[in-house]
Amino acid sequence: MAASNPSVFLLTVNGHIEGANFPEYDNLYCKYCFVYGHDWAPTTGLEEGITQIASKSSQASHRLIWNFPLGTTFKSTNPSGWPQLVVSVYGPDVFGNDVVRGYGATHIPFTPGQHTKTIPMFVPEPTWRLQKFTGWLTGRRPEYTDPKVVAQGEGREVTRVHSQGFVSVSFLIMTKDMKKMDYETGPSGPANKASATSG
Amino acid sequence: MEAPEDGEEDEREALKRHLRAERQKRKKRLLEQSSIQKSRDADDVKDVTSIQQYSADEGPSEKADDSVVLSKSRTGSQKGLTSRTQHTHHLDDFVKRRLEEKLKAARSKGESLQDKEASLEFPSRLHSLRDRDTVTRFDREADADRAGRRDSPPPLSTRVRFREAARQVGKGLPTAEEAFNFFTLNFDPDPPDVIETSSRRRQKQRKTTDEDEEHEDVDEDIQEENETQSEEAPLVQTQEDLFVIDQSPQDFLEIRKAEYVGYQKLLQLQSELLFTPSFRTVPTSIKLPENMKPRYLEDEGLYVGERPPVSLTNENILENRILKMEEGKKWFGDDGRIIALPNPIKESSTRPPLFHMEEALDPALQTVYRKAVKSKYANLYIAGAADPEGDYQLDVDVSGLIFSHHPLFSREHILGARLAQLYDQYLTRQRNNLTGHLTDKLNGLRNALRNMLESHSGLNPTQALQQRISEYNLEVRNTRHLRDSEQEKDRTLLKNIVKVWKEIKALREFQKFTNTPYKLYLRRENVDRVSDEQDYEDEILAEVVELEAETEEEYQNKLAEYKKRLEEWKLCRKKQKAKKKKQKKKKKGQAQDDTEGEDEEQDVSESEGPTDEPPPKPEPPERPDLGSIEQWVREKALRIRRKPGEAILIPELSASANITASELCPRAEKARREDVARRSLFTKILYNDKEVSRTDSRSLNTDFRVHFGQIFNLKIVNCPQSISLQVFEEIGSSCSLLAQVFLPVPEPSVVTGSVPLEEFEFSSNQRVMFDHEGVGSDVPLSFEADGSNKQSLLTSGKVSCCVSWGIGDDDVPLAPPISQQPGGVHSGKGHLDAVSYIGASGLYDMKKIGEWAKQSRLDPNDPKNASIMQLLKVASSGEVTAPEYFRLEHLQEEFNFVTDEELEKSGRFRLLKLRNQEVAEFRNYKFIPALEREVTDTVFQEYEKRLKEGEVIDTKEHLDSHRALVAKYLQKIRESVINRFLLAKHHYLLSDLVTEEEIPTIGGAGPGILGINLFKLAEPKRPLKPQRKERKKVTAQNLSDGDIKLLVNIIRAYDIPVRRLQSNKPGQTSHSALQGSIGLPDQIQVRPFVEVSFQRTVLQTATADGPNPCWNEELQLPFSAPNGDYSTASLQSVKDEVFINIFDEVVHETVMNDKNRGKSIQTHIEKRWLGSVKIPFSTIYSQSKIEGTFKVNTPAVLLGYSKEKSHFTNSGFDILRSLSEGTFITLFITVDPQLVPGESVREKFDTQEDERLLQASERFERDAAQRYPDRPCITTVIDLSGKTVFITRYIRPLSPPKELLDEFPNNPLEATPLVARFVSLIPSLPDQVSLSATCDLWSTCDQFLTLLAGDEEEHAVLLCNYFLSLGKKAWLIIGTAIPEGPTAYVLTLEQNLYLIWNPSSGQFYGQYDTFCPLQAVGCLVNADNVWFNIQQYTSPMRVSFDITKANLWKPFFSRTFSHPGLSSIQPEELVYRRTDRAAAAELQDRIERILKEKIMEWRPRQPTRWNRYCTTTLKQFLPKLELIRGQDVAEGHRHELQSLLGDYRISGFPLNLVFSEIRPIIEAVYSTGIHSVQASNVEFALAVYVHPYPNNVMSVWIYLASLVLT
Repeated sequence: MAASNPSVFLLTVNGHIEGANFPEYDNLYCKYCFVYGHDWAPTTGLEEGITQIASKSSQASHRLIWNFPLGTTFKSTNPSGWPQLVVSVYGPDVFGNDVVRGYGATHIPFTPGQHTKTIPMFVPEPTWRLQKFTGWLTGRRPEYTDPKVVAQGEGREVTRVHSQGFVSVSFLIMTKDMKKMDYETGPSGPANKASATSG
Repeated sequence: MEAPEDGEEDEREALKRHLRAERQKRKKRLLEQSSIQKSRDADDVKDVTSIQQYSADEGPSEKADDSVVLSKSRTGSQKGLTSRTQHTHHLDDFVKRRLEEKLKAARSKGESLQDKEASLEFPSRLHSLRDRDTVTRFDREADADRAGRRDSPPPLSTRVRFREAARQVGKGLPTAEEAFNFFTLNFDPDPPDVIETSSRRRQKQRKTTDEDEEHEDVDEDIQEENETQSEEAPLVQTQEDLFVIDQSPQDFLEIRKAEYVGYQKLLQLQSELLFTPSFRTVPTSIKLPENMKPRYLEDEGLYVGERPPVSLTNENILENRILKMEEGKKWFGDDGRIIALPNPIKESSTRPPLFHMEEALDPALQTVYRKAVKSKYANLYIAGAADPEGDYQLDVDVSGLIFSHHPLFSREHILGARLAQLYDQYLTRQRNNLTGHLTDKLNGLRNALRNMLESHSGLNPTQALQQRISEYNLEVRNTRHLRDSEQEKDRTLLKNIVKVWKEIKALREFQKFTNTPYKLYLRRENVDRVSDEQDYEDEILAEVVELEAETEEEYQNKLAEYKKRLEEWKLCRKKQKAKKKKQKKKKKGQAQDDTEGEDEEQDVSESEGPTDEPPPKPEPPERPDLGSIEQWVREKALRIRRKPGEAILIPELSASANITASELCPRAEKARREDVARRSLFTKILYNDKEVSRTDSRSLNTDFRVHFGQIFNLKIVNCPQSISLQVFEEIGSSCSLLAQVFLPVPEPSVVTGSVPLEEFEFSSNQRVMFDHEGVGSDVPLSFEADGSNKQSLLTSGKVSCCVSWGIGDDDVPLAPPISQQPGGVHSGKGHLDAVSYIGASGLYDMKKIGEWAKQSRLDPNDPKNASIMQLLKVASSGEVTAPEYFRLEHLQEEFNFVTDEELEKSGRFRLLKLRNQEVAEFRNYKFIPALEREVTDTVFQEYEKRLKEGEVIDTKEHLDSHRALVAKYLQKIRESVINRFLLAKHHYLLSDLVTEEEIPTIGGAGPGILGINLFKLAEPKRPLKPQRKERKKVTAQNLSDGDIKLLVNIIRAYDIPVRRLQSNKPGQTSHSALQGSIGLPDQIQVRPFVEVSFQRTVLQTATADGPNPCWNEELQLPFSAPNGDYSTASLQSVKDEVFINIFDEVVHETVMNDKNRGKSIQTHIEKRWLGSVKIPFSTIYSQSKIEGTFKVNTPAVLLGYSKEKSHFTNSGFDILRSLSEGTFITLFITVDPQLVPGESVREKFDTQEDERLLQASERFERDAAQRYPDRPCITTVIDLSGKTVFITRYIRPLSPPKELLDEFPNNPLEATPLVARFVSLIPSLPDQVSLSATCDLWSTCDQFLTLLAGDEEEHAVLLCNYFLSLGKKAWLIIGTAIPEGPTAYVLTLEQNLYLIWNPSSGQFYGQYDTFCPLQAVGCLVNADNVWFNIQQYTSPMRVSFDITKANLWKPFFSRTFSHPGLSSIQPEELVYRRTDRAAAAELQDRIERILKEKIMEWRPRQPTRWNRYCTTTLKQFLPKLELIRGQDVAEGHRHELQSLLGDYRISGFPLNLVFSEIRPIIEAVYSTGIHSVQASNVEFALAVYVHPYPNNVMSVWIYLASLVLT
């Protein structure tokens, strides 16, 4: 690949899933995967992963810490379908059944540099109350057929969700050849660090 | 009374009162208990008597007292009526004691009583008193007693007096006065009674004291009395019996426990007293006299009025109540109901209408019209204002206030204000520079005119040019006039400013102090005198020239006018003269001599004069004096213009003058200034006439300016109607309203920060006068020395403020949407704006703008109009067409980063576009290159080829071209359907996205409520009879290759053909076969195994033994979707079929003799095809599982095999005999994981059916689905054009091809199977496969025959129509069958037997056939009606097909909804094309060639030898087979073959296939596995025969055989 005339650009995502804040639950683990468009392909690194089970600290913060590293490089020809990180958190319920505690997604930041994202998490709601009760009883709560659903817009209107908890992820982004392919992702450098941080 | 005793008495009285109160309290308690038992009567008597006594002795005591007591007691009685009874008893005692006292006194003074009595005048009155109302008097007394004790001393004092008297009596020291008082009383009527009662009382009292010592603390008086009365005690005692006999102690006092009555008892007691009427209807018999039947007048034809409405319950209660009464029955009428008058309420108003006769109408009845009052601001809430987001904020900025006149203005202030005003005016004018602007314009016009004249100087000016010149002249004149007036104004203004300033100066000098800081400087700007003069002169010259020209023109015009007039005048005169002459002549002729000519002439002229007077001779216009013009112009110039060379004066107003300090001012001025200082001002802000806020109060400055500088943020809910400011002036604590200023409601676009402060003027007409220097308001004042030119000034001023909409945090204006602003909102600056003139929408309409520009005569030189002029220029350069689009659209192109053509050309964008459109080839295209050059053309090749194919039809070969045509047609339909469903495909259901466990069911299958399933936990893990469980469904979208497996569970098979012993002798074979099947059980008959092939994956079961093997084996076949696309649509269009082939495993053992190694046995395992079942994947997919026993498609002839004779005996119809012959296999097929079949499209189709019919059909289907959810019910279907059509329209008798009928001219019954065969030979193509969407399209028969493809419904309809034309009774069965699922069969009635036809196979079954694939009957359809099966069972065996029975079959069209006469959509007649036999032969050769090549291809390792002899032999068999439609002819075959090929071991079979494409034929051949014979010496034979039927329907026969030389 000629350096002067690249045909793809690269996006390197480093960072880690720092932890989560689920005030009600404990002993959770997190699954992550990347969702990207047709014109994207991961070149190195893991596309999917699953963290260890983390318990809350007894200290005041009550945060779950995973510190699970992410390290993936994508190549792409088209910024459309920019990769998204989809995280889903699971953990045991009262009866010890593994149930989902939250789904969430965020786009990988565009601009190079360090970013910290806090992803609000949500779970689908049971269709009706009895369902909710039996779901609680049997430990079979409603789940998305595919966690990747949360990264797409189509068909979401049929679901109802309720929110619970947050997952914070820190990204270290590097891009290559984007500028050469005439894609501007805004000013880079330390100045944009603060602005890129989302709440 | 005695004064000295007063103090002592008071003490005593207090003590007594206390004691009495205590005693009474106690007594009350006691008596309350016993009072019930006491006889009231006795009491009454006693009371009365006692009272009589009391009143008797009270009365005379003092008249005045008495009256007081009476009046008192009266009031008291009114108060204390309720508590009276309790007091009666202790009152008794009280009275009694007193009586005793009195008695003693009476006795002591007994003698002196009589003589005194006579002289008294009172008794009569006392008597009357006593007689009048003793009881009430007693009552009153009781209350008077209490009342007295409470608050009134008078009755007390009287009592005291009695006591005193009594005591004195006791002491034996009565005064004469007392005696008199006492004995004026009249005891006389019944003294003994009194004694008796009193003694009785005493007795009573004693007893009570004895008993419970309650009376220990009785008054000392009583003790005393008792002692004193001791002498009488014996008397009483003797009478004891007499008195006490009926009065037990209980009568007076009794102590008991509180009595408790039990609740039940209470109820019982109550029930004795109470009656609760029941709600129940009273039976009529009770209500009527015995033995009377109710008589209903209504029934007898009598009129019975309408009873008033009473609720049934109430009526029942009433009846029950009445019945309880005696004589209750008389309330009931003959009909057993309560007698009731008819409802008195009239239907219509009976009140006479009021006529409008004013005099007749009572004024009280007059209707008064009041205008509806709109509640102000109610319901004017801005929508959405209530919710927290929709808050609207109005910012009112009150900056300050400047008075242009104020009562406290001094004269100087007035002048100052005037000066400031003038200066302001001057500044404004200066800014606008109208004069300069007009001068420029004038010059421009003059130049233009000059140019025009110069350019056309030589030429003869044309009409148009002249016109233009005159227009220009006019314009020049107008402009000049304007300029002149402006210049004059400027000049005057300047003069005025100077004048006012001079006045101020004069005033300041005059009054010797300065009040205002104004100072005017006049800046002089020197000009170049020469050039200025030159300009001046030029200007005058030009003007003079113009004026001259004008006057000249005017003169010319006038002259022309004059000439015209003159001409007219002359003409007139001529006429007159001519007339005169004529008349003269006439006259002369008439009377020549007798009259004088002159007289006549005069007469005539006189007579004519009034009528025909000539117009006055017009005056010739004066020649204008050109010299005076110049004079005039110069004068004017002098007046309005600066003199040439004179310096330009520029006034500058500053506020730098020093105001004289107050100390230095005269007294009056000081007073004024003090007054000013006292004043302060504030403003109230009124929103919708309500005060919402007010500014701080600021004191008035000496310069009469007030600065508030406050911004009020009004959060509003109501629509803004008015915003106003009220200016208040405060003097000390009182404040007065000065003026009100109304502010306009801002437009929503006016937001804070973007609007400048505006000044709003206000004024007040209040008259204010002062005695100091302040000029006051509305007071005439003059600045002239002589007091002339008086003017009165009103308080006025300007408020500078602005109103705007607030801006939210996110820069959103907090203004309500414009639509919600009620009318009457006026923008403050509309008049100059084009927007207000033509409306906002008009701005995009060039024409309107042009019109507006023309009308308003926009000045092109005005810089303000520059943009509009430019726009107009642009617009007028081209055609002024009103674009119908938004003007910004022009700009849209600028947003396009490349042109559309470029976008089209770019391969990359094309790729992206196609992928986005989900074109099949590009749907999952990955990595569209980033750069244009990397997109290769090859990418599009396939796609373009496909597009091209759509247009070009391959016409090489007749048959295939026809097929191609059909395929294209199908493709088109498919595309249209896909487009139609594209939207629906993107509709998601919750289950597509969220997986949710269904609530466990109560037993049974299917979703249900939590219940017994919990018990399943306790179920055995491996039950003895396992049942299939519902599995979880998986949506197809997130699957990938290898995820899906096809599960085929092969359970068992029946009646597999058995091997026939090979023998060289034809005669023996049959014999031995017979033996083999029956006689030789130990011999291996057949070793069948099942091989399942799907998508080129082949799996097989273990080998079993015997003709009825049981495998019970599960095979898993992987499934991969085309293009890796696992979407529902893609899965539905999978055309692959599952082939289930039954093979016989034959083991050949060959003994090899090898010299070196000795004997060895080589074993060949050969498999021979016995039959197959093929199930399309689409069926499995849509059914999700297929379970049942299927008939195996066995070849008509199986060489080397024979059928075991069936053990079934068939009865009846001889056609049925062969029915249950055949091989059957029990299968269970499913897909793992269970895929969700495509939802049927949720869309309503357009239709031409009657709405009523559609509704009825919807209802019918819904009812059916509700009552019998598992029975298919179809009333409407969708035709190929996507329209809803009622199903009966498809049924119409249509004649089958003539060729088919010709074969059996005599026997139409024989033709039936042939017709069925013809129909079955039309290829089957499920709609889902062809249309890739779950939607059942029904094509009509002609479409079906043209397409030569369709699913079961089309086959069934065609077959049914054929049968109808053959004169059979036929119906369409909508039901479910295996393996098709919901399908359509045909039912015929032949010789009282119902036959069920499978239209796709041409097979028919009797109603009671066990192996009939039809499983459930949902409804029957014919041309007239649809019947839905409402019987208990659905299985055809248990269903009665008698549709006339309404309890078994629910008809769609019934008596209530009759058949509306629906016309059929089928053609009247089907046109058949004869198939070209040559083409068929050609096809036959082609197929044969291809198959041979394929077989050789499949055997790459071994040579494939073809036995030509065998082939030709086989070829001869095939037409025969077609003729007899594959019925068993095996025997004949074998004989022939055996005879011919005695040395060979033959195994072979004919295949009969429907021709649609070549591919399925190859597949079928491949699946038989005939090519896999491994024997080295094997030879093959292959014969193909294509039998053409009309309309290109082909029956393809393929005879395959393998021969092994033995």
